Amino acid sequence: VVYAGVGAVREKENRLFDKSELTAFNEAVLPHLDAAYNLARWLSRNDHDAEDVVQEASLRAFRYWKGFSGRDCRSWFLAIVRNTYYSWLRKQSVQPELTEGGELGDVDGGAPSPEAVLLQNADREMLRSALEELRVEFREAIVLRELEGLSYKEIADISGVPIGTVMSRLARARKHLQIYLTNASTGNPL
Amino acid sequence: MNCDDARKLLNPYVDGEMDSAGSLSVESHIQQCASCLSELERLRALSSVIENGALRFNAPSHLKRNVLAAIRAANPGAKSSWFGWRWAGALASAVLIFVLAWTAATQRARSSEDAQLVNDILASHVRSLMANHITDVSSSDSHTVKPWFGGKLDFSPPAKDLTEQGFRLIGGRLDYLDNRPVAALVYQRSQHFINFFVWPLKGNAASSESQLSRQGYNVIHWTQSGMTYWLVSELNPSELNECARLLRE
Repeated sequence: VVYAGVGAVREKENRLFDKSELTAFNEAVLPHLDAAYNLARWLSRNDHDAEDVVQEASLRAFRYWKGFSGRDCRSWFLAIVRNTYYSWLRKQSVQPELTEGGELGDVDGGAPSPEAVLLQNADREMLRSALEELRVEFREAIVLRELEGLSYKEIADISGVPIGTVMSRLARARKHLQIYLTNASTGNPL
Repeated sequence: MNCDDARKLLNPYVDGEMDSAGSLSVESHIQQCASCLSELERLRALSSVIENGALRFNAPSHLKRNVLAAIRAANPGAKSSWFGWRWAGALASAVLIFVLAWTAATQRARSSEDAQLVNDILASHVRSLMANHITDVSSSDSHTVKPWFGGKLDFSPPAKDLTEQGFRLIGGRLDYLDNRPVAALVYQRSQHFINFFVWPLKGNAASSESQLSRQGYNVIHWTQSGMTYWLVSELNPSELNECARLLRE
């Protein structure tokens, strides 16, 4: 009797959402599939892995859906995608590229315009490699800010860090990108 | 403000994350400091390179199908086959309703003489960006912008400050549309400029609402209390809708 009771409860918990809840999940989460894929793709730098991560994250989101009462569904879903990526990474026991490329000296604020011009000439491939070579937490901040257009607050919520950290990650990430692109455009080896 | 302070604030400044007081203090420092100004230019150049770099990946079309299938497989109650159809049906109706609503909204704008007006509005928006003459009065303070229009127009346009909501008022400008002088309020959201055109409805004009995209620009139009409003930007539709909602409040 006890087992049957537990089973019945579990059966009830596992039961599908009713139609309106399904529709709500559907309408709230699926529109953010592109954003989810973009984030997963830039984090993993690989099509196939990105799809796996998004698929797994969608399942998690579906499971947590009933507990989600916030208003910002995109940030909620992106946070799940991000966490899924990191736990997926641990499972693969591949270390994220934490190769600290050394502290970068400050770029002197001297002749500005030539550099700005060089930046403008950076082609798409160059830009892609520059972004791919960033440390993962910098890449994450840039993708969420520049490609998804999220606010510092939203990025802080997704990455689980204070807004000040988001600010300094973005500043450092941009400094790295500028140096990479400037060097690449002038043909200097890094 | 010294250079060290300014450097720390340049990133949030470029990202539109600062309040108007902070923005003003950065701006006044930059006017006197060539080195910080060039750093700001570099940051802006980088942002525009990234923005124009088409770096965003879109989910492949099979991913949505796989996601739906995975969700179905993970839920024991989902075995019955009608479930998938129901979901697909709900999605299809949602898409259909959206398409119908969008078409209706677009056609309404196209069908009337609004078409010419929309072209004029877009042209005005583009011109304001190209000619580097987006504002006649530059201020993030609505108490500066609103009185500036006084005496230049036969009506008083709203100049809501939406900085806290992420749409920074950067100023206003006189423009000429629909055969009359109109007010253009200018807002900024990260790198994107939003032109908000306002003028009184003609006496016999019916109220209307529409939304459309053209040449990569999004346009939202509505009428309210005898005034007509047009919001134009290259900003994405959802954020522009948010801006419209705030302006209508």
